[in-house]
Amino acid sequence: MTGRVEGKVAFITGAARGQGRSHAIRLAQEGADIIAVDICRQIDTVPYPMATPDDLAATVKEVEALDRRIVAAQADVRDYGALKGALDEGVAQLGRLDIVSANAGIFSMGTAADLPEQAWQDMIDVNLTGVWHAAKAAIPHLIEGGRGGSIILTSSAAGLEGMENIGHYVAAKHGVVGLMRTLALELAPHSIRVNSVHPTTVNTDMIQNDTTYRMFRPDLDHPDRDDAEAAFTSINALPVPWVEPVDISNAILFLASDEARYITGVTLPIDAGELTK
Amino acid sequence: MTGRVEGKVAFITGAARGQGRSHAIRLAEEGADIIAVDICRDYPTVGYALATEADLAETVKAVEALDRRIVATQADVRDFAALKAAVDDGVAQLGRLDIVCANAGICTVQSWDEVTPAVWQDTLDTNLTGVWNTMTAAAPHLIAAGGGSIICTSSTAGIKGLPFLAPYVAAKHGVVGIARTMANELARHQIRVNTVHPTGVDTPMGTGLGGLEPLIGKDANLGPIFMNTLPVETVDARDISNAVLFLASDESRYVTGLEFTVDAGNTIR
Repeated sequence: MTGRVEGKVAFITGAARGQGRSHAIRLAQEGADIIAVDICRQIDTVPYPMATPDDLAATVKEVEALDRRIVAAQADVRDYGALKGALDEGVAQLGRLDIVSANAGIFSMGTAADLPEQAWQDMIDVNLTGVWHAAKAAIPHLIEGGRGGSIILTSSAAGLEGMENIGHYVAAKHGVVGLMRTLALELAPHSIRVNSVHPTTVNTDMIQNDTTYRMFRPDLDHPDRDDAEAAFTSINALPVPWVEPVDISNAILFLASDEARYITGVTLPIDAGELTK
Repeated sequence: MTGRVEGKVAFITGAARGQGRSHAIRLAEEGADIIAVDICRDYPTVGYALATEADLAETVKAVEALDRRIVATQADVRDFAALKAAVDDGVAQLGRLDIVCANAGICTVQSWDEVTPAVWQDTLDTNLTGVWNTMTAAAPHLIAAGGGSIICTSSTAGIKGLPFLAPYVAAKHGVVGIARTMANELARHQIRVNTVHPTGVDTPMGTGLGGLEPLIGKDANLGPIFMNTLPVETVDARDISNAVLFLASDESRYVTGLEFTVDAGNTIR
């Protein structure tokens, strides 16, 4: 049976692990080749260990094990020149571009009153400007291909509602929605669709860490995963604490495929009903 | 390869033709058995011909050709008892229920001062109360199954105030409201509730809607409301079915409370 994105090429940022790696694998399972980038380096204001070159190498191995091609590069989404260089090289090697998953993102915490300026700046630079950079680098390739395309921006439930202690994250993720809506209008004449996905808590290293546990359980000195689980569950409507990366990947696969050929401008929650409550 | 809704059973209203038939076929292609209902009768208030018994028989044939089972009944979504009997009988024969497509709908075109009480009532009864009847007749079976997916067909008219469609707009907005409430009430049973919002679809209902153009002609400012962003005038029923399939499958197991536009960007302009 033919895969649901057979013969297409997908550009994924933040692809070394977590959701990005899951998207690479899921799209490859359905026949796509992958252009993967990740910073593979720590950002000082991020309170958990970020991905490493080994992580990116593991993504490469997993995609190749599916008999798909992958071109991977270390690149920082804040550096437009580097990002464009990585993408251009990937398109040169793989021959085309059809799908963009602007996924790279960071998380940190602090009330709006107390947030250090650098934490604010890093957040906006990575989670909003980095998304624009990915789209900006990709658009000429999609238009040149003449086959339309699908751009999927990773926002968050926090892109559609306010949340305490993460004002910079909320601001960046709301900004992604505005960018998505404008891109959807600007690119429609080229049959390029632009949508955003809005996960609730996802079971990745970005949330499975002590900093996030403390945010969800400020009443405890040293909360662990079990302590946080009930608090995570309480924000969702469906009785689950978090969703898995593959749940986001399945939504991205649908939006990336021709099954969604007339879907554009959608804010698609994979949020276990968090936003409907 | 296993189908994306293999082994599941789907209840579809308005299944004799158009989007309903397309949903039945698409879900059957991916492994589902079908419980199909349709009124198969004309409305005096609706200016185009509704589906017939022959249309419903055609849907049965198409699903059976895919080697899936189908239980089809003539039933009016306005008649809760008849609808409940149809779904109960379908579940008795097919053994379970997992997916509900509250799809049946009618549409009439007229300016606000030409909406008769009968047109208002028929549209609300069918497009809003009919959806409510469908959800409430089916929900006990989903609870018994330990979860499920309800997909209600709304419209771009469930998001925007499309002119010359007042009763239709009222009903389709109402569908969003009851879907959101049911998404919250049924979440603890692992039942997801979402709406789909098509732009114009190439179906008998869509092509039966003459009369819009002369009305728009009286106020040119209103024309752009109906325009899509992507360069297409209408979408195919199968495009809506693909969205329904995604929402029906376990691929969307944590998606609920969504208004899913399949509208070529109609509502983002």
